[in-house]
Amino acid sequence: MAQVTERGPMVLRAGTWRHEVVAVYAVWLRDLTRFARERVRIVGAMAQPLIYLIVMGTGFGATFRAAAIPQGFSYKAFMFPGILGMTVLFTSLFSAISVIWDREFGFLKEILVAPISRASIVFGKVLGGATVASLQGTFLLLLAPLVGVTLGWTQVVQLWVVMFLMAFALTSLGLAVASRMTSMEGFQVVMNFLIVPMWLLSGAFFPLRGVPGWMATLMRVDPLTYGVDALRGVVYSGTAVAQFLVAHAFGFNLAVIALVAAGAFAIALATFRTREA
Amino acid sequence: MTARPDIIAVHDLWKRYGSIEAVKGVTFDVGEGEIFGFLGPNGAGKTTTIKVLATLLLPTAGRITLNGFDVVSQPTDVRKSIGIVFQDPSLDDRLSAEQNLWFHAMLYGVPRTVAAVRIDEALQIVELADRRTSQVRTFSGGMKRRLEIARGLLHYPRVLFLDEPTIGLDPQTRNRIWEYVRDLRTREGVTIFMTTHYMEEAEHCDRIGIIDHGELVALDTPGVLKRSVGGDVITLRSPQPDALASALLERFGAPARLTDGQVVVEREGGAEFVPQVVAAFPGLIESVTVQPPTLDDVFLKLTGHAIRAESASNVDRLRTMTRVWRR
Repeated sequence: MAQVTERGPMVLRAGTWRHEVVAVYAVWLRDLTRFARERVRIVGAMAQPLIYLIVMGTGFGATFRAAAIPQGFSYKAFMFPGILGMTVLFTSLFSAISVIWDREFGFLKEILVAPISRASIVFGKVLGGATVASLQGTFLLLLAPLVGVTLGWTQVVQLWVVMFLMAFALTSLGLAVASRMTSMEGFQVVMNFLIVPMWLLSGAFFPLRGVPGWMATLMRVDPLTYGVDALRGVVYSGTAVAQFLVAHAFGFNLAVIALVAAGAFAIALATFRTREA
Repeated sequence: MTARPDIIAVHDLWKRYGSIEAVKGVTFDVGEGEIFGFLGPNGAGKTTTIKVLATLLLPTAGRITLNGFDVVSQPTDVRKSIGIVFQDPSLDDRLSAEQNLWFHAMLYGVPRTVAAVRIDEALQIVELADRRTSQVRTFSGGMKRRLEIARGLLHYPRVLFLDEPTIGLDPQTRNRIWEYVRDLRTREGVTIFMTTHYMEEAEHCDRIGIIDHGELVALDTPGVLKRSVGGDVITLRSPQPDALASALLERFGAPARLTDGQVVVEREGGAEFVPQVVAAFPGLIESVTVQPPTLDDVFLKLTGHAIRAESASNVDRLRTMTRVWRR
């Protein structure tokens, strides 16, 4: 039998930082490849916000018109940043829970037994989730003209930054939870008691003002609030209604999200490290 | 066995899960280039041992080195030295065969140019070159297993772990997998550490460790293990069975019994015994069969019970259901 290849002990460069970078890229690339494969998921993720925009936007829009609101306010346009935030939220979490699938279907073992640090795995996974969520958000931006929102390039870039940071934070958070979960049922519970309230309290569908004190407090501790506020700030930048609808300065919002992202990533890293395969 | 240093050295390995002791003080060595098998029923501690060796589980106690690296303190070096084919599939079935291999190559730091060549080669070895761009979910069980073997070899491991490599596969596919495994040892000089609960498979190993209830009850070559049970069973057909039986006792001191008109002798080294008998009693022997003891006999003798039959666990069944639902 012919010796096909000389056994090559020199081919490995595992353990170096270059190898870790390649490993991060591999984990990231896999998430993107899967995303590109699942066209149904992309379409589905587009349809949901579209339905919200059309049904809720039209329905609530009619209600809001009756109330005393500033001139030039369109509820659909108001909802648009909220819908962007929602898309980022759910896409990020979907990416994070894929870890549960990976455990269930064995692929996680293949990753965990590789000679790379846990940090690279978590970082690749979070980057993958953040990229996919930002992409999904970008598709949604194409619908902006439909709801009467016009965006300049500066705004688009600002939106990307916000969406990416939000997605980074949310994927980390999701990963921290998902790495403790062994079943999808468990994650459902977390979804209902954590994610849905977070989403509803973020101000995606109604402004931060005029709510009772307890709710205002909850909204203030909800990290998603700052993301949605930042998105809204960008969309409304330079318009007359901005001062009524946007609570915080862009820089402040960005700083809060970045802080949350860093914290969530640290938590994800810690939980992933302590867990045995 | 081999003059080279032992590539795997396990000394007094213990693994407890809460109050359950999965592995109770196992000690053994594996030589480089050996095909080493762990034989035992499900739940005997085979997979636990592999997981400890592969750094997926921390041992409760014991000193284990692989390729000279300590599995507890040098896990990254150990991981670089090994390839694993898990009992359950661990492929991303939404990726193509090729993409699964590329992912692995990147994770193991195999340089691009080397990986490209190696992926072609590995796919050829397991005869999947023509399906390289197909999504893994379209593969049969045997194809998936072959792809996993190919993947386990990509980074030139020193040791390849095969955890129940042929479980759930039909006999034909099973034989093919075995051809690949033996071929690999020749081509790549890789040490193979496998677990099985199929007796026929254990026969392919150079040495077998028999494990039951977390303890290593025997460790040797299949031949020695079988000889330890007792002799071969030699069955002789004769026109005069009674005469032959008494002549055997007289001449060779071999107690023979008559079963269905045939003469049956139990004796060690049956293959060497037969020519002597034939030469001694011309005309008295019409035909001879020599039946060596099987590993089943070995297992039964050592543990007092037979290896339990395999049946799909509830987890497996659930997983299949989830998979269907997921589609």
